[in-house]
Amino acid sequence: MAKIIFIEHSGATHEVEAKTGLSVMEAAVKNNVPGIDADCGGACACATCHVYVDPAWLDKTGKPSAMEESMLDFAEGVESNSRLSCQIKVSDALDGLTVRLPESQH
Amino acid sequence: MTGDPGIEAAETPDLTGRIVIVGAGHAGGSAAALLRQYGWTGRITLIGEEPLAPYQRPPLSKAWLKGEADGDSLALRPPGFYTEQSITLCLSTGVAGVNTAARMVTLDSGEAVAYDHLILAVGAAARKLTVPGAELAGVLELRTAADAELLKRALGPGKRLAVIGGGYVGLEAAASARALGAEAVVIEREPRVLARVACEALSSFFQDYHTQKGVSFEVDAQVQGFTGANGTVTGVALGDGRTLPCDVALVGIGALPHESLARLAGCACNHGIVVDGATRTSVPGIYAIGDCTQRPLPLYGISGRLESVPNALEQARQVAALLCGRPVPAPETPWFWSDQYDLKLQIAGIPHQAVTRILRGDPAQAKFAVFHLDADNRVQAVEAINAPAEFMAGRLLVGNRKPVAPEKLRDMSVSMKEVAA
Repeated sequence: MAKIIFIEHSGATHEVEAKTGLSVMEAAVKNNVPGIDADCGGACACATCHVYVDPAWLDKTGKPSAMEESMLDFAEGVESNSRLSCQIKVSDALDGLTVRLPESQH
Repeated sequence: MTGDPGIEAAETPDLTGRIVIVGAGHAGGSAAALLRQYGWTGRITLIGEEPLAPYQRPPLSKAWLKGEADGDSLALRPPGFYTEQSITLCLSTGVAGVNTAARMVTLDSGEAVAYDHLILAVGAAARKLTVPGAELAGVLELRTAADAELLKRALGPGKRLAVIGGGYVGLEAAASARALGAEAVVIEREPRVLARVACEALSSFFQDYHTQKGVSFEVDAQVQGFTGANGTVTGVALGDGRTLPCDVALVGIGALPHESLARLAGCACNHGIVVDGATRTSVPGIYAIGDCTQRPLPLYGISGRLESVPNALEQARQVAALLCGRPVPAPETPWFWSDQYDLKLQIAGIPHQAVTRILRGDPAQAKFAVFHLDADNRVQAVEAINAPAEFMAGRLLVGNRKPVAPEKLRDMSVSMKEVAA
């Protein structure tokens, strides 16, 4: 289990306990965290689970794959710390991970 | 996605009414969750015919069939979610009728459930093949987790799968069967697979790719019936007199929207339950979302039925916003995806009134896209194989209606960013 902290665009904060091996997207959806739509269910096909990884955690979350990067290139409001949360796997090393959500996924 | 303004919100929403959602699939389950997210405080009753809480159907023909996903990962929400959110989940429950005057639905048990707002998320049923032998054990369809369980049990090394219908479900199942070491033959009535849903370049690409992976094809083929022994299917009899032996047959020839309940309620239906851009049916207080709807496609000035998760979610957002007095989101660009082997297919838009097709990339490298342009060089649709930038840029262009330069589009040295700029 790892604690993941989601901060909505409005500032509202959601702390969830996520099972190791799930994706950060799944942790959000299963806990009804608003602001992560995840239309494709984690297939890296839609870019509607876009998050900004807290800079302190960027080393631990790793780098996006070429596929993910291409998807992110065309997502709205992309920053250098943008990731698709379906591509980040929850692990013990990510206990305390903080991600911020964009204003809209569409 | 588009610049169109959303539909105006109600001034003072009443968030306390009783909402009944019929259909606990992806659309119904998502609508219930979104209603709570958007602040609905009234009773929400989610009624489903299947014994399972809402789950994702796309993996049934892919990861789940291959044994790469379990029941937990299929579930849309964890088991405790519905209790926590005060959503009354009625599973294994059929709905017999609707009394619109009294605003009540009647369950198969005879019990009546009152509603202020009724959301029909009733989905679609697999189209049946009415030929001799269709009732044999081992002649399957793939719509539900129970269907997928039957198919999964029948597949394995050396087993022979016959797929009737070269659509997405059939091709995905064939790919999964190969991954499990089974043999697979795809039987298609049309001259090419994916005939109704993809362009010729894509059809021939997929057929070639599957052939390389050991799937065989019978196109332009009529299925006369199934042969069997001891009540179980043993083969598929074709119109040309041959019988293809099989251990299991999967019929994947499309789906028909469930309209009966909507018709009982007096909702207009026309190849689906007719809704507007905010999911309203023709009957006040009744809304419809997901595979069962005939919905406007404002980008194209037509209406249509979309069988996809993105459509289910878009309409779930629409109905939840409408009922909670939020602005209904602007229409999205329809899109769709499929995974087969190491191929990721992503499609955006509909090739309505497309006159030009532009190929970008190289099918031989399994990385390319086909763009469908109208007479003014606006992108109507894009079909992308392992080409996420083409898909994402294409989806943007379908939505913003900007004309593109075909010579740039086909030139791989020009980036999609530049093409879309």
